[in-house]
Amino acid sequence: MSDDDSSPTPFANARPWLLLLSVFAIATCGLVYELIAGTLASYLLGDSVTQFSTIIGVYLFAMGVGSYLSRYITGDLISFFIRVEFLIALVGGCSAAFLFLMFGYAASFRIPLYTVVVLIGCLVGMEIPLLLRILEGRFAFKDLVSNVFSFDYIGALLASLLFPLVLVPRLGLVRSAFVFGLINAGVGMLALVMLKHHLKTSGRGLWITGCATSALLVLGIIKADVVTEWGEYAAFPDPVIYAESTPYQRIVLTRRRDDLRLYLNGNLQFSSRDEYRYHEALVHLGLSRLPEARRVLILGGGDGLAAREVLRYPRIESITLVDLDPAMTQLFTTQEMLRQQNASALLSPKVRVENQDAFTWLDTPRGPFDYVIIDFPDPSNFSLGKLYSTTFYQRLAKAMSPNAALVVQSTSPYVARRSFWCVDATLRSCGFQTQPYHALVPSFGEWGFILAARQSMNEEPALPEGLRFVTAEVIRQLLHFPPDMARVDTEINRLNNQALVRYFDEDWAAYLH
Amino acid sequence: MKRRRFLQATASAPALILGGCKAQTITGSIVGGAQRSGHILRQGGPLPTPSRTEKTDVLILGAGIAGLAAARQLNAGKHSNFLVLDLEGQPGGNSQGGSNEVAAYPWGAHYVPLPGPDCREVREFFGEIGLIKGHDAAGRPIYDELSLCADPQERIFIHGQWEEGIVPNVGLTDAELAQFQSFNAEMDHWRTAKGSDGLPAFTLPADRSSRDPDLLALDLQTMGDWMTTKGWTCEPLRWLVDYSCRDDFGGTVDQVSAWAGIHYFASRHSDTANADRETMLTWPEGNAWLVKKLAEHTTDRIRTHTLVLRTTTEGRQVHVDALDVRTGETTRITAKAVVCALPRFIAQRVIGGLQHLPGPLTYSPWIVANLTLDELPPSPGALPAWDSVVYRGPSLGYVNSSHQSLHPVPRRTVITQYDTLCDAPPAKSREWMLTQTHEQWCERVFRSLAAPHPNLRQHTQRLDIWLWGHGMIRPEPGFITGTTRAAMQNYQPPVFFAHSDMSGLSLFEEAYTRGVHAASDLTQWLT
Repeated sequence: MSDDDSSPTPFANARPWLLLLSVFAIATCGLVYELIAGTLASYLLGDSVTQFSTIIGVYLFAMGVGSYLSRYITGDLISFFIRVEFLIALVGGCSAAFLFLMFGYAASFRIPLYTVVVLIGCLVGMEIPLLLRILEGRFAFKDLVSNVFSFDYIGALLASLLFPLVLVPRLGLVRSAFVFGLINAGVGMLALVMLKHHLKTSGRGLWITGCATSALLVLGIIKADVVTEWGEYAAFPDPVIYAESTPYQRIVLTRRRDDLRLYLNGNLQFSSRDEYRYHEALVHLGLSRLPEARRVLILGGGDGLAAREVLRYPRIESITLVDLDPAMTQLFTTQEMLRQQNASALLSPKVRVENQDAFTWLDTPRGPFDYVIIDFPDPSNFSLGKLYSTTFYQRLAKAMSPNAALVVQSTSPYVARRSFWCVDATLRSCGFQTQPYHALVPSFGEWGFILAARQSMNEEPALPEGLRFVTAEVIRQLLHFPPDMARVDTEINRLNNQALVRYFDEDWAAYLH
Repeated sequence: MKRRRFLQATASAPALILGGCKAQTITGSIVGGAQRSGHILRQGGPLPTPSRTEKTDVLILGAGIAGLAAARQLNAGKHSNFLVLDLEGQPGGNSQGGSNEVAAYPWGAHYVPLPGPDCREVREFFGEIGLIKGHDAAGRPIYDELSLCADPQERIFIHGQWEEGIVPNVGLTDAELAQFQSFNAEMDHWRTAKGSDGLPAFTLPADRSSRDPDLLALDLQTMGDWMTTKGWTCEPLRWLVDYSCRDDFGGTVDQVSAWAGIHYFASRHSDTANADRETMLTWPEGNAWLVKKLAEHTTDRIRTHTLVLRTTTEGRQVHVDALDVRTGETTRITAKAVVCALPRFIAQRVIGGLQHLPGPLTYSPWIVANLTLDELPPSPGALPAWDSVVYRGPSLGYVNSSHQSLHPVPRRTVITQYDTLCDAPPAKSREWMLTQTHEQWCERVFRSLAAPHPNLRQHTQRLDIWLWGHGMIRPEPGFITGTTRAAMQNYQPPVFFAHSDMSGLSLFEEAYTRGVHAASDLTQWLT
């Protein structure tokens, strides 16, 4: 391409290299949006091969649609092109932030995802045909096609290199999208400057649109932290796909390939790879030995995974799930991917969700329940410590039928040995006979549970079909404690001594340091 | 720039910044205004004359702990035809509480230590209201754990951060540590010691303590002097004991007697199945919780907003003229007997024919502030406890009313700050108190908590102040064993007296026990 190939009309003051630079920029932006959508989809939905392949397919298809539609554009091509640039700037620039925010709220994340992809694809698909038509006559046709497509592909190469090497590690997805949106807006404004004499309007409206869009994107770049803070990329080993601060806790979901993990306040609650071990151990050791049990109470466990295990027993008539945080139960009731984890347990007509603090909920007479599953977070602070106290278990006992049993997740008997046995001692001080057991959950380590009942329970378990971990033989092993986890004498956890929180703090600090 | 100019410039910079964001006024008010009506009694001049008459069996003057305890006792017997009169808008005396949309909070007394076996009456009452749920195999009471102060109970702000507990034992020298150890050993000794008469050296109620003259002699010197003779002079230990004296008696180590000071540390003999000796009983609204329990069957006979003007005895009848401060109407109520559960400085003005006391009574002025906060601002060190005390701070620190709450992560809360004026003579302090504006009180509160919470003002949504001109009796040297207190115990039917100032210690256990006994004595006298 040469500068002296000047012709008198129609672009007397337009520098061709600037226009070709625009092609280059447009191409880079177009591919970046595609990569952002693909990466986001594999972060949020997992299975990156499928996600990338379908996103690219849909995006290219949408570009085709855009190219096709461009034929219906006649008249003021330049101002239309500028409008398209601003629109891409807006939609593409905000795409990552929008999709991150939508993830928690959309029942099916795929709907907003593919809508955004189709929209951007269509708009990007219009760019090159429009430009070709605008530049028609400026170059010889062979040069025009050659120049435009060369720059298009060079831009694609640049994008594909920039994206993994600079953008994701340095800027993050959200901010990258905003930055490239700003480039699109810049191309639009550049065209506005260069081609102002060829506009059929005064261009004032376009200037306002352009400036407003740019201002929004700059704001986005500055404030991207608000969204990416959500992402907490640094705090978790895997890509964060969802994060929300509720009045009660911080909910974070991460995903790496097929491993979906839930963190509450930074503490791992489950890994989709091995949670079945935890939840089968939590639920079946007790429930399989209570043939008369009909009504089950789950305290905590807003992820619905314990409920999923309980629903394996057709005899269960009702499950009452009390979880403090409506955001948790809402998320695990509506979000498609999370519903797959709990087999839509929270939508079962047998399940009733109560979003209340368990302690206050038990203040009014409840039940009676035949089996109680206590799946609270570990006693890492004084508020949680209260939910493992004598007063709490005494209150709970009033909501239990005479033959009922309860099970408590009781942290790791290996790491926090005194904490584990403190829960046991506390339950026994409240008049329960206890049966402590433990299971290996690889993502957690050696984990402990305590089964407690006022009467002795059936010895022979009647286990449901389809379990992957618990069998009658395994149960016998789980009840056995090797010497390094064997019972130690501890204090009883009371509201007025918070013995458990103190043990827990010391035990874990000793383990981690 | 000259050095001096530079210094001036930098010195004025903070002022400019602060001036720029001029502190906004805090909403709130000075409450506890009933004292204004009470001053009618002091002004002299003619008192209103009764416009109507009424009859009842027994009149109880004062709805504080002693009055309510007497009422509860009478209600359980056959003399349930009684009336309780009180000037305040609600019963409770200095155990009143309040509430807003955030929390319930105390306006005065806010805890009771676990009562020992000598507090028979109190323990019985606690059993009746379910506070004591039963006894273990060893016969030790089992308390309702919701009423036991949740852990952590106390924290102290020292060397720039919070530490658990209230003892300033961070970074002590060996010599100071030795003083603490020697002091603790002495108190442990007195806790189990018996006097020459075989009675416990120090117990509650105080009058069940030994009358051993050697022990009573401790009442003649100040706690400070006694500590000096023992060699306990180091600052952290002096501060701890001084803090305790101000907290329980409204007087410094140099104002209260050694007997009272030791009593504070050595009179708790609790033997509890599910708590240690240091644990307190407490509730978000403080002792107003106990007030509610005390008054639960007698509310219909409690008349608030009622000022007792005078009491005259005529044969076997007592006439009490009482002014309804809302309507201005005065009623003459005639009763067969009266329980005067008023503090003595008021009784002295309204009970006709009451003998003059040989010596003065000292009441400490108290200021209680309730701060409604959007959150308790985080500060370094130990996590929030029930009671937070600033080491060498000007006030007594604050209690957090949401500490006993079971609800996780309460963000908004109410904290109650206690302050007692010990620097000036109480009468002077009382005068000064009335000259202070709400904003001045706010400033005083924020200043006293500035070390741990420099930006407390920004978190305060509301700040209310209660001025207790006569907050509590102060056991100055010689008061507990002296003739003044002895004279206060003498009374003639048909007027019976019950108030904690008769013990010299403003404690729930004292007031309750006296109320119960006045009611029993009265019942016996009537039959």
